[in-house]
Amino acid sequence: MISARKLILSGAVLVALAGLAGCGEKEQVIAYQQGKYQGKPDTRPWENEPGASLYTTSKWTKGDKASWEAALRSRNQNQNEYTRAE
Amino acid sequence: MARMKFLCDAERCIECNGCVTACKQENEVPWGVNRRRVVTINDGVPGEKSISVACMHCSDAPCMAVCPVDCFYKTEEGVVLHDKDMCIGCGYCFYACPFGAPQFPQAGAFGMRGKMDKCTFCAGGPEKDNTKEEFAKYGSNRLAQGKLPACAEMCATKALLAGDGDVVADIFRSRATKRGKGAEVWGWGTAYGKPDTPQQQAPKGPKS
Repeated sequence: MISARKLILSGAVLVALAGLAGCGEKEQVIAYQQGKYQGKPDTRPWENEPGASLYTTSKWTKGDKASWEAALRSRNQNQNEYTRAE
Repeated sequence: MARMKFLCDAERCIECNGCVTACKQENEVPWGVNRRRVVTINDGVPGEKSISVACMHCSDAPCMAVCPVDCFYKTEEGVVLHDKDMCIGCGYCFYACPFGAPQFPQAGAFGMRGKMDKCTFCAGGPEKDNTKEEFAKYGSNRLAQGKLPACAEMCATKALLAGDGDVVADIFRSRATKRGKGAEVWGWGTAYGKPDTPQQQAPKGPKS
């Protein structure tokens, strides 16, 4: 049979362990290095699937930067009414 | 290589604030934050000039230089973006920017300054493209959809141009040479074109 003293002792140990669990927190602060972006990497626009969103008219090959640029260049001409009027 | 730039034609801008509204709507920018605004010089005086201003996505951006936590980065297509998870809202970028582009939401208690928000050239941020998380933090990512910034595409007079710097410069150059200069840029003929034939005589006869 477990004595009351042992029960209290084991309870105290458990409470102490639970309290110590808070010390196991992971480091949340980023170690900054001056002049170097260390945030999340960004996806490049041409790595997206064309036509993935509504009302998209631009077409390009996924992963091909040149085709994405060409699609944007042609879309740019919508801002040029001199070519639209002719 | 594409280098994304804005160009505002002061001869065409009519201060309608359509670009400001388009930006607000597209990115669901919170109250008190203006990623884009229209500035007017000599307001109310004949010949006043207006220009739409936002982040200019500088080639050598001062905001990037002064940021103490280096939360800024520049994409391959020349767009200056930042990571809001790293931003500490110190406001250094606001003092460094010559255009007043960095904005700080003040929705918290005691006018607390939140994380910086600015024009993203409709290119989102470092979250996964076109996700809810990206939209909540940075707004729409139109470049990833093959579109150009909403402000420029919505501009009624096409005063605000956005896109590859070379293409935008070509459009502006051809426009500037065709419309002439000085007094030539004013009036009906410039806005709507000159008639091919001389003006017709008014019909004669009694007025009805």
